[in-house]
Amino acid sequence: MSTASVRLPNWITYGLMPVLNLLVAFLISGLVVWLIGEDPIEALKLLLQGALGSGEGIGFTLFYATSFIFTGLSVAVAIHAGLFNIGSEGQAYFGGLGCALVALSLDRYVPWYVTMPVAVVGAAIFGAAWAFIPAWLQAKRGSHIVITTIMFNYICSALMVYLLAHILIVPGKMAPETRTFLEGGQLPKLGWLIEMFGSTIGAAPFNVSFLIALVMCLLVWLLVWRTKLGYEMRTLGISPSAAIYAGIPYARTVIIAMLISGGLAGMMALNPVMGASARLQVELVGGAGFVGIAVSLMGRNHPVGIILAAILFGILYQGGDALSFDMPNITREMILVIQGLVILFAGALEYMFRPALVRIYQKLVGTGG
Amino acid sequence: MDYYDILISIIGSTVRLSVPLIFTALAGLFSERAGVFDIGLEGKMLASAFAAACIAYLTGSAWAGLLGGIGASVSLSLIHGFASITNRGNQIVSGVALNFLVAGLTIVLGQAWFGQGGRTPQVSGNGRFSSIILPGAEQVRGIPVIGPIYADVISGNNVLTYLAFLAVPVSWWILYRTRFGLRMRAVGENPGAVDTAGISVSWLRYRAVICAGILCGFSGTYLAIAQSAAFIKDMSAGKGYIALAALIFAKWKPVPVMFACLLFGFLDAFANFMQGKSVPLIGEVPVQIFQALPYILTCILLAGFIGVAHPPKAGGVPYSKER
Repeated sequence: MSTASVRLPNWITYGLMPVLNLLVAFLISGLVVWLIGEDPIEALKLLLQGALGSGEGIGFTLFYATSFIFTGLSVAVAIHAGLFNIGSEGQAYFGGLGCALVALSLDRYVPWYVTMPVAVVGAAIFGAAWAFIPAWLQAKRGSHIVITTIMFNYICSALMVYLLAHILIVPGKMAPETRTFLEGGQLPKLGWLIEMFGSTIGAAPFNVSFLIALVMCLLVWLLVWRTKLGYEMRTLGISPSAAIYAGIPYARTVIIAMLISGGLAGMMALNPVMGASARLQVELVGGAGFVGIAVSLMGRNHPVGIILAAILFGILYQGGDALSFDMPNITREMILVIQGLVILFAGALEYMFRPALVRIYQKLVGTGG
Repeated sequence: MDYYDILISIIGSTVRLSVPLIFTALAGLFSERAGVFDIGLEGKMLASAFAAACIAYLTGSAWAGLLGGIGASVSLSLIHGFASITNRGNQIVSGVALNFLVAGLTIVLGQAWFGQGGRTPQVSGNGRFSSIILPGAEQVRGIPVIGPIYADVISGNNVLTYLAFLAVPVSWWILYRTRFGLRMRAVGENPGAVDTAGISVSWLRYRAVICAGILCGFSGTYLAIAQSAAFIKDMSAGKGYIALAALIFAKWKPVPVMFACLLFGFLDAFANFMQGKSVPLIGEVPVQIFQALPYILTCILLAGFIGVAHPPKAGGVPYSKER
């Protein structure tokens, strides 16, 4: 008798199973720490201390979380339409170009609150533009979106290095980056938010784009669950053939979903480009696009889940930095190990515990299937 | 004659740069023809490079390194299989996860074990696959046209290079001339039919991903202890994805895979050659164009502008018996 068709209550599917999966991922991470001769409990303490122990730590944690919320939303919107967008990385990178061009052209004329909305639009348009060709190829020519978005990540990376090293570079400088934006092109820090809790932000680049990220969460929730387009996207995601039979235009929905996904990824660039470094640099995304996959999977593609998962990954990133400082034996790349394990257990092995849980549940409830 | 020497040196480095691509793309071929997408080629390559370098350093034997590389890569294949075949998880998610895991684990373990910032110690002598000079290479060098080709392109490679080019016809033979190959292709197109014939879909797919693991083991080993003499962090540097592109570019067929890999290897070699040189009328050609070209070409192909690429029909779909 198969267990696949048995319905489990929501608290098991959406509560217990993800928690179990995460637990296994963290247990194995602990095992790796133990294997290289460090104390996992001590490492965990240092990690949490580094991420949440000070106002500055929290500031950094939320700074990282901001980027992950954007990329997580980007991946989630695509998943709702049945599309796996691995290209958030490239779309965010290209979005950086959009927001840098806005900042470079406006920063000396207007204050930041005028630049910001234009930069949001600029970043979103550039991000969406980078998603357009893979979207069009998927919709019209049937090319697999996973493959094309991977290819576009690499194409973007080559293009951006070229642009930064040859065109946008400050003449006479060696570093492939633009000039530093003036104050009109920088997003203010959210020091007051940390101070409300009686701490100081220190050097953490936690900035206004966090609030934009929260607004986007609300907008994505409205889009996916409260609009006609969202309904069409979800239908397409669950069953393309049913969607087409119901008269939902396949090509149009795919392209719009990917444009929104790319736009959200593009907005992520606001955080590092205008919020932290105040210039466009190579490798500005730094893997956040891929973290978005983990965040979206863990957050079950729901904005609330995405915020929580993004904060968890923020803790891992900031805490991992602090940890590698305190325990030089554990390098920063430990984050990648944890990230990989989380994606593996929360994503690919999502239902590993399901058969066992079904059996236990049936025994407890006594339905016997 | 000067131009001819340059051409020979570019062809030579084309061959050397294509080898890891050929192994990896053939690995992808086995996996994907059996209906299991493999985004994790990059990770398997990196893991086997790390394992090969560690074991070659510890034992001083390149062949032991190769076995270690294959072992590491096959274990990853089994995890991928467990997630995507047994648990019917998303194959792409599983591949992405393995890539992250390996990218992190190789550096964390490398640093913890050797303390050289993620590098492994240099290996030398028998710990590496060194070049084999074919008989008569020096004598024929003087013969115009053919001589340099034999001396500098065909001779002077390490044993893994020859194995890579041997792996192409062998893969072709397995895929098209054996029962296993026929069933493997069938399971990638219509697993239901294979199941009806009483053949285990899971076991076939497991065997296919193990084949992929073995081939990735060769490519990682080549990177670590044939092309270089140690593991350097992120040394696969996206080659797994280029190999994936080559596989698609070759429309999932073994012999075209070799030519696609040679083409992408040539682009790489040509980019190295062009670095810092300027072309009359155009000026310096940015190397980034050559770096992006394999991906651009693959996208154009996928768009259906250069023939049509038909992926295996059941690719990416986990098979469930009860429907």
